Amino acid sequence: MDRSEIKSLIARRVAKELKDGDVINLGIGLPTMVANYIPHDMDITFHSENGFIGLGSVPESGMEDKDIVNAGGQFATVKKGGVFFDSAVSFGIIRGGHVDATVLGALQVDQEGNLANWMIPGKIVPGMGGAMDLVVGAKKVIVAMEHTAKGSPKILKKCSLPLTAAREVDLIVTEMGVIEVTKEGLVLKEINPEFTIDEIKSVTEAELIIPEDLKEMEI
Amino acid sequence: MNKVVTIDEAVSHIKDGMTVMVGGFLSCGTPHKLMDALVKNGVKNLTIICNDSGYPESGVGKLIVNRQVKTLYASHIGTNSETGRQMNSKELEVHLIPQGTLAERIRIAGAGLGGFLTPTGVGTIVEEGKQKIEIDGKVYLLELPLKADAALILGHKVDKKGNIAYRGATRNFNTIMATAADLVIVEAENLVEVGEIDQNDVVTPGLFIDYIAFGGEN
Repeated sequence: MDRSEIKSLIARRVAKELKDGDVINLGIGLPTMVANYIPHDMDITFHSENGFIGLGSVPESGMEDKDIVNAGGQFATVKKGGVFFDSAVSFGIIRGGHVDATVLGALQVDQEGNLANWMIPGKIVPGMGGAMDLVVGAKKVIVAMEHTAKGSPKILKKCSLPLTAAREVDLIVTEMGVIEVTKEGLVLKEINPEFTIDEIKSVTEAELIIPEDLKEMEI
Repeated sequence: MNKVVTIDEAVSHIKDGMTVMVGGFLSCGTPHKLMDALVKNGVKNLTIICNDSGYPESGVGKLIVNRQVKTLYASHIGTNSETGRQMNSKELEVHLIPQGTLAERIRIAGAGLGGFLTPTGVGTIVEEGKQKIEIDGKVYLLELPLKADAALILGHKVDKKGNIAYRGATRNFNTIMATAADLVIVEAENLVEVGEIDQNDVVTPGLFIDYIAFGGEN
């Protein structure tokens, strides 16, 4: 698989986690692609933390509106029924548990469900934006990412980078499989049949629990 | 009382060393004419409170490129490489704050509250130096109000009393910043007579607004 195939596979699998009627916040990059795989008969409301719900598709060229951008600052559209609000209300929605799931990328995630995705000290310090609030506030936190960073593990025993939030991650979806964060540790729930368990273990620093009912990845 | 002034007159109230809130989210809803006038008049050593530092060529980012900012409070600086460069070379002091915490610190300042408890940042470097308080078994950080000498905001439709109606996603930090500074200046994209905005559509009441800066129709 090339990288674009990997990304769309991950996005397709994450889309299956969403339920009819959910309010969802998608992070920038790969997570944004999840919106492309929502079945048409499913009613999902996307929350854009800069101040609205009802985030729609990218506007056609020439139809951009300077007053409507997504949380990445790109031109966006708002669907019928969408609603605007200010940043205080937007983050009240987030912290108040009114967002059913947030999907984010990660630099590192560990077996306690800790997440690091906002800075590399001395290298990249873009700021946390809304990520810390989203990870703490959303009912379900889904990490959508490539399994490794050019071969080096990102799913660790313990994150070494500054955390975005402690013990908040619920599910990790990569091109190799689907991993649930449980009190006992990381459980490999689904495996992409293109890989073996040993292959996955060899690029995962954290302990992986392999359940008896390990399923083939739904894609 | 006449609140309507020119753009240049409005920014003449911003002096060296002031703490200034600027509305907008990645340049959307930013008072661009006020930013340009501040770049032109060259006021220095500002402390800026803003969601992000915009882009080098747009929004609050222009003030940073022009080295008018001494201290920045923001949630995100990744879209303006000059902010990172000045931060690394210690020319600019940057305080990164989670976006929801930044918004709420501004909101409570305007609402007369002394602090709030948030779960955001617990277990991260954001908790350093902050008081932790446990309520019903859950740990929160005590976050304090954030005020400013002045706030520069954008209104889509502003009447001559300063009542504001917004458009699209431009409310972001504008509504709350209007409440949290000693001097509040709204840049009016459209200036209308009192009564021309339906009372049901006013989001920011004019009582918060000191000056309406109007630079003509775009």
